[in-house]
Amino acid sequence: MNPVNYLYLAALLFTIGAAGVLIRRNAIVVFMCVELMLNACNLAFVAFSRMHGNLDGQIIAFFTMVVAAAEVVVGLAIIVSLFRTRHSASVDDASLMKL
Amino acid sequence: MNALAASATSTGEAVQFWVLGTVAVIGALCTILMKKAVHSALCLAATMIVLAVFYLANGAYFLGVVQIVVYTGAIMMLFLFVVMLVGVTAADSLKETLKGQRWLAAGCGLGFGILLIAGIGQASLSTFNGLGRANAAAGGNVEGLAELIFTKYVFAFELTGALLITATVGAMVLTHRERTERAKTQREMSQERVRGKHLPPLPAPGVYARHNAVDIAGLLPDGTPSELTVNKTLRGRGQIRDVSTEALADLKALEQRAEERLGREAGSDAGRDAGRDAGRDAGHERDGDGARGQDESEVAQ
Amino acid sequence: MENLIALLVAAPLLGAAVLLCGGRRLDRVGHWIGTALAAASFVVGVVLFGAMLGYDAEARTMRQHLYSWIPVEGFQGDIAFQLDQLSMTFVLLITGVGTLIHIYSIGYMEHDERRRRFFGYLNLFLAAMLLLVVADNYLLLYFGWEGVGLASYLLIGFWQHKPSAATAAKKAFIVNRVGDMGLSIAIMLMFTTFGTFAFGPVLEATGETSEGKMTAIGLMLLLAACGKSAQVPLQSWLGDAMEGPTPVSALIHAATMVTAGVYLITRSGAIFNAAPDAQTAVVAVGAVTLLFGAIVGCAKDDIKKALAGSTMSQIGYMILAAGLGPIGYAFAIMHLVTHGFFKAGLFLGAGSVMHGMNDEVDMRKYGGLRKYMPVTFVTFGLGYLAIIGFPGLSGFFSKDKIIEAAFASGGAQGWILGTVTLLGAGITAYYMTRVMILTFFGEKRWQPAPDPDKTASVEPGIEVHPGEMPHPHESPRSMTIPMIVLAFGSVFAGGFFSIGDRFVNWLEPVTQFDHPHPPISVPVITGMTVAVLLAGVAIAYLQYGRKPVPVVAPRGSFVTRAARRDLLQDDFNHVVLVRGGEHLTRSLVYVDHTLVDGVVNGTAATVGGLSGRLRKLQNGYARTYAVSMFGGTAILIAATLLMRAV
Repeated sequence: MNPVNYLYLAALLFTIGAAGVLIRRNAIVVFMCVELMLNACNLAFVAFSRMHGNLDGQIIAFFTMVVAAAEVVVGLAIIVSLFRTRHSASVDDASLMKL
Repeated sequence: MNALAASATSTGEAVQFWVLGTVAVIGALCTILMKKAVHSALCLAATMIVLAVFYLANGAYFLGVVQIVVYTGAIMMLFLFVVMLVGVTAADSLKETLKGQRWLAAGCGLGFGILLIAGIGQASLSTFNGLGRANAAAGGNVEGLAELIFTKYVFAFELTGALLITATVGAMVLTHRERTERAKTQREMSQERVRGKHLPPLPAPGVYARHNAVDIAGLLPDGTPSELTVNKTLRGRGQIRDVSTEALADLKALEQRAEERLGREAGSDAGRDAGRDAGRDAGHERDGDGARGQDESEVAQ
Repeated sequence: MENLIALLVAAPLLGAAVLLCGGRRLDRVGHWIGTALAAASFVVGVVLFGAMLGYDAEARTMRQHLYSWIPVEGFQGDIAFQLDQLSMTFVLLITGVGTLIHIYSIGYMEHDERRRRFFGYLNLFLAAMLLLVVADNYLLLYFGWEGVGLASYLLIGFWQHKPSAATAAKKAFIVNRVGDMGLSIAIMLMFTTFGTFAFGPVLEATGETSEGKMTAIGLMLLLAACGKSAQVPLQSWLGDAMEGPTPVSALIHAATMVTAGVYLITRSGAIFNAAPDAQTAVVAVGAVTLLFGAIVGCAKDDIKKALAGSTMSQIGYMILAAGLGPIGYAFAIMHLVTHGFFKAGLFLGAGSVMHGMNDEVDMRKYGGLRKYMPVTFVTFGLGYLAIIGFPGLSGFFSKDKIIEAAFASGGAQGWILGTVTLLGAGITAYYMTRVMILTFFGEKRWQPAPDPDKTASVEPGIEVHPGEMPHPHESPRSMTIPMIVLAFGSVFAGGFFSIGDRFVNWLEPVTQFDHPHPPISVPVITGMTVAVLLAGVAIAYLQYGRKPVPVVAPRGSFVTRAARRDLLQDDFNHVVLVRGGEHLTRSLVYVDHTLVDGVVNGTAATVGGLSGRLRKLQNGYARTYAVSMFGGTAILIAATLLMRAV
C-alpha cells in the first residue's frame, strides 16, 4: 500500500470537517469540526514526515497540537461566556456586533 | 511492526488502513451529522483514537501517545465538560435556516475535496523514505523529536509556552464575572428576612387552580387580583394576565344556565358587565405587546 | 457760492431722514417740515441762479467736489457736483414745481394718516432727482437714477393696501430695472472705453473712439431713457403708475422724473452726436411713442390715464427733439420745462376734480363741472390751451419749434418726422379737447358714490358714503394756489423763453445749437400746426360737444378697444416676455430634472443599488462568511492546479 492513501484520508477528513463548520449551528459542534480539520492536517504532516524520512513534519504536528490545546481553552471560554449572555450556543444568534 | 512502519508498508498495514480508515471517515461523518452535541463529541473521540493508531503506524510513536493523552483524554473531556455546562440534553435542529447555505456548503465541500484529492494524485508521491534512519539517528523517535525541539525549534517551543500561558489567562478573563456589589453578610440577610414587609412567604399565583400560570395574579377574597402574587419583573413589563373578570363571567354564565334550566328569571348585575369589558381590554393589550415583540425580532434579523 | 450746490441735495435729504426716522411725534408738523425744506432747496436754487447770471455765458459752470467716494487706482468715483445751465434749468423746475406740489399735497393728503411718511418720500424723491441732475459723473447720476426709481416705487405703492397700487409699484420697479440695466451697462462701457465716467472727460473724448462703441453706449443710454421716461418698448408702467396719489402723478410721473431720460440724452449729447445710428434709434423711439401715447390718450376714460398717455406722447416729442442733435436739444429742454408747468397743472387740476367728485376718475361720470369748480376750470383750461399749442401760450412756442426742427432734420427723415409731429399735435388737440369737454362741459352725468368695499380705487381718508351723490366743490386754497401759479407758468413761460431766443441762448454753451432750416418756411409750418390743432379740436367738439355722452363707454372700433387696453402692451409683454420666460424656465427645469439630476441621481442610485446588493453578503452570520472563505480556498486550489497544468 502506498502511504499516499493517508493523504487522501486526511483530505477527506478535512473536507468533512469543513462541511461541518458550514452546516452546523451549534458552536460546540462547529468547534469540534475545527478540531477534526486540525487533526486531518496532523495526519497529513505525519504522513509527509514518513515519506520524506525526517522528523520535521512530526514537530509541526506537535506544535499544532499545542496550539490546538490553547485554542480550545480560549474558544470554549468564549462559548461559555456567550452562552451565559445569550442563553444559546447557536452561531447564528451571534449575528450582530452588539448583544 | 516497528521495522515495518519505518521502512515500507505491509499488507497488515494496508488491512489496518482500510478498516480503521473507514471507521475514521464514519466517525467524522457522524460528528457532523449527529443531532446531540454529546454524540458528536463521542464520534470525534473515536476518530481521534483511530488517528492515534495511524500515527503509530506511521512511526510517530510520541505523537500517537500524545494524541491519545492530550486530545482524546484532555481536550475531548473539556468539550464534554462544556457540553454539559451548556446543556447536555439540548438537541440541535438540523433544519437549515440560512437560505442556500447547505447547497453552497455542499458545492464548496465537493469542489474542495475533489480538487485536493486531484492535486495529491497529481503530485507523483509514489516513492517514499521510511522513518527508520531518522528515528535511529538520535536513538529513538522521542529522542529525535526532543533533539529537534530543543535545538532547531527552540524558539517556537518557547513561544508556544507563552501562548499556553496567554490562553490560560485569557480563558480566566473571559469566564470571570466581576462582582458589582458587596456580598450581603449573613446578619444582613437575616435582618432583611425578619424586618421586611412579608414575614411569611409571598402568596402564590394562580386562581381556583384553573389558572396556575405565573403571570396570573391570585385573587383576594373579594375577587380583586393581588399584585403580590406575581413576579415583580412581570409586573414591571405589564405582562400580568387578569382573569378575575373571566372567572366572574364564567360564574355568571353558570348561574344563567342553571336558572334557565330551573326556569327562574335571570338576575342582573351591572357591575359584572363592566368588569368583563375591563378584562377584554387587558387581553387586547397583551396582544399588542406580542405584536411589538415580533416586530423587534424582525428588526434584529 | 459753489459750496451751496451740496445744500440743494442736502435740504430735502435731511427732510426725508427726519420725516422717515422721526416717528409719530412728527405727525402734526411733518408736512410743514417737508414743504419748508423743499422750499429751502428752491431758495438755494434761486440764489445759485442769480449767481450764475452774474457770470459770463461761457463760464457759468459751477463745480463742487464733496469727497472721493470710491478712490481706487484707475477707478475714481467722486461725490462731486457740476451745476451748469442745463442742470440749473432742471434744478429750478424740480425745486419750483416740487415745492408747489408739496403745498398742494398739504391739502390733498390732509385726511391721510400716513401724510408724514408721504412727505418723507416726496423729499427723498426731490433729493434723488436733484442728485441726478447736479452729478458731475455718470456713477453719481446712476445713484440718483436709482434713488428716483426707489422713490417712485414707494410713492406709486403708497396706498399699498390696494392690490392694484402694490402691483403697479412692482410693475414700475421691474420695468425700470430693465432700463437701469441699460444705464449700468453704458457706464461699464464708458469705463472700459475711456477709463473714466466723469462727464467732462467722457464727453470731450467722444470723437477719439470708434463709432461702433459710441453707438453701443448710445443705445444703452437710450434703453435707460426708455425705461425711466416710459418710451416704447418700456412704456407699460406709466399708465398703471397712476395708482399713486395724484400729487405724485403730477410731480414724478409728469413733470420731473419721467423727463430724466430726456436729461440723460441731452447731457450725453456728445455721445449721440458721434453715433448717428443711435440718434436714428432715438428719433424712431420718440416718434413711435409720440403716436402711441396720443392714441392711448384718446381712448381712456380714466382722466389720470388719459393724462398719462398725454405725458408719454409729450415726452416722445422731447426724445424725438433730443435725437435730432444740436438743432433739437434746446427745444427738447424747453418743451420739457413748459410741459412741466402745464402737465403738472393739468394733473393737479385732475386731482382737484377727483377731490370734489368723491374720488371718481371716470370722465364719463363728470360733466358740467365748470360752474362748481371755477378755479380748477380756469387753471385746467389754461393748461389745456397750453398743451394743445394754442398760439401765444407755452406749448405753442415749444412744440412748434420741435415740429420745425423735425422738418429741418433733412431728407425723407425730415418729412416723415415732420408729418408725425404734426399729426401728433392734431391728436393732442383732439384728446385734450375730449378731456376738457367730458369734464367741464355738457350735462351732469354724476353717479352715486360706489360702495368702497367693491371698488379698490377709492383713496383712503376721503369720506365716501355709498349711494351718496357727489357734491362738487372748489378745493381748499392750499390746492388752488399751486394750480394758479402753474397756470401762470403754462401761459407765459413759452413766450418768455422765446422772446429773442432767450432760452436757446441760455442753454447754448452746454448743448450747442444749430439753427434749424426747414424745407418749408417757418410761417407755413406754424400755419399748418394751427390748422391741424383746430381740426383736432373741431372733431372732438363734433364728437363729444354736440351729442350727449353715454355714461357707459360704447364698445367702439377695434382700434378704440385696443387703445383702451394700452394698445395691447400688457398682452404683448405677457405673451412674449412672461410666457417666454416661463417656457424657458420650464424647459431649463426639465433639463435640470432629467439631465443634470438624472446623472447625479443615476450615479447615486447605481452606487446605492450596488451597495444594497453587496450589503446582503454582510448578513452577520459567521457561517456565511465561512462559506465565502471556503469557496475562496477552493478557487485558490483550482487556480494553483490550473497554473501547474499550464
